[in-house]
Amino acid sequence: MLFKFASPQTFFPLAGKMIPWFGALAAVLALAGLYVAFLVAPTDATQGEAYRIIFIHVPAAWMSMFLYLVMAGWAGTGLALNTRLSGMMASAIAPTGAMFTFLALWTGSLWGKPTWGTWWVWDARLTSELILLFLYLGFIALKASIEDPVRADRAGAILALVGAVNVPIIYFSVQWWNTLHQGASVSLTRSPSMAMTMLAGMLLMALAAWTYSIAVILARLRTIIRERERDMEWLREAMA
Amino acid sequence: MSGFALLLRRDLRIALRRRGDVLNVLVFFVIVASLFPLGVGPEPNQLRAMAPGVVWIGALLAAVVSLPRLFAADFADGTLEQMLASAQPLPVVVLAKIAAHWLLTGLPLAIVAPLIGLQYDLPADALAALMASLLLGTPVLSLLGAAGAALVLGTRGAGALIALLVLPLYVPVLIFGAGAVNAHLIGINPSAYFSLLGALLAVSSLIGPWAACAALRVALD
Repeated sequence: MLFKFASPQTFFPLAGKMIPWFGALAAVLALAGLYVAFLVAPTDATQGEAYRIIFIHVPAAWMSMFLYLVMAGWAGTGLALNTRLSGMMASAIAPTGAMFTFLALWTGSLWGKPTWGTWWVWDARLTSELILLFLYLGFIALKASIEDPVRADRAGAILALVGAVNVPIIYFSVQWWNTLHQGASVSLTRSPSMAMTMLAGMLLMALAAWTYSIAVILARLRTIIRERERDMEWLREAMA
Repeated sequence: MSGFALLLRRDLRIALRRRGDVLNVLVFFVIVASLFPLGVGPEPNQLRAMAPGVVWIGALLAAVVSLPRLFAADFADGTLEQMLASAQPLPVVVLAKIAAHWLLTGLPLAIVAPLIGLQYDLPADALAALMASLLLGTPVLSLLGAAGAALVLGTRGAGALIALLVLPLYVPVLIFGAGAVNAHLIGINPSAYFSLLGALLAVSSLIGPWAACAALRVALD
């Protein structure tokens, strides 16, 4: 049953059916989340209104790291089981992951300006997020530079797996580097305990980011399937 | 003679016949390190504080510059395919090539580094720490770099691509390598850094050859 949808042929229509549902869910969750974030959640005692950027920043940072692991998981599955769809899935996830990483960096910088007074500090989290962006870009660049899609999938998978092993090592080494070189900066975890409504807003936005990612990744996956299987009979029938 | 030793000797002999390639990387390293004072000014205290980072970044860049040659020549003339088809297990081939790469780039670099340290006015014991950190850290660059070199075989623009793939993975080595020397400079016991460099060496000697072998099989499929 599970493996029935492991082929592009059977997954293509299923993905088509799932996209509007997840898209609509993402829109509803984002609206609810933004409503809570801007109209319900109280103003922060120390940071004023500027803190409200965390409703975008934190879900983006969560998604950026989570999507890398999902991507590496699919890539590894493709490498081990030789399933065509897995490699396509990894390719479909990478741009969304890179987008969320960039979004986390950008919002982090916007949040840093009023709170820290500069656009960029070499904070441990910010730095490891930057390196994560480089890992995503390397994965995308490697796949783009190999013509043969099967080879590109395999090479990308090896890189993603090596990267996934390295992500925690990089994260902790940057953490140590940071604590040894400069005093710990203001961090989210040390801010006064969060109000319930703030947490609710953040969870809603995180769920919106999840459902948005699923919808966008499936849409991209369908495009990749169309591109790679363009000569297949079933695709012509499905598109007719 | 074992296959490992034969392959290692072959790679070293080829490199010694084309001595320029090895020397170029070393000169590149020295030039990079010499450019920093020209860019930031000759103030000795500032240079001393910068020295560990400068030398280590120079080592990272020198490794990246030398990596495309690791498999490319053997790939181009079909030798690599023969090695893959031979009775010799692929990990032995890869490990021999990694060892040769380290002997030809990492080791000379670690030997030259104290000279650069002198230019940056590092005290003698910090020079020893610098050399020790490079001796422990540069094998990691060769091990992880081999995976990157194997992945870019037969791709367009391999040189720039390999930098993009490998440099983010080098971040922990840079942090702990330069950190060990920095700790020495400010009078902290650097043994924790050396332990962590050793741990990175252990981990990368598992991941690097595995990924390089897998990538070679993909490239020569």
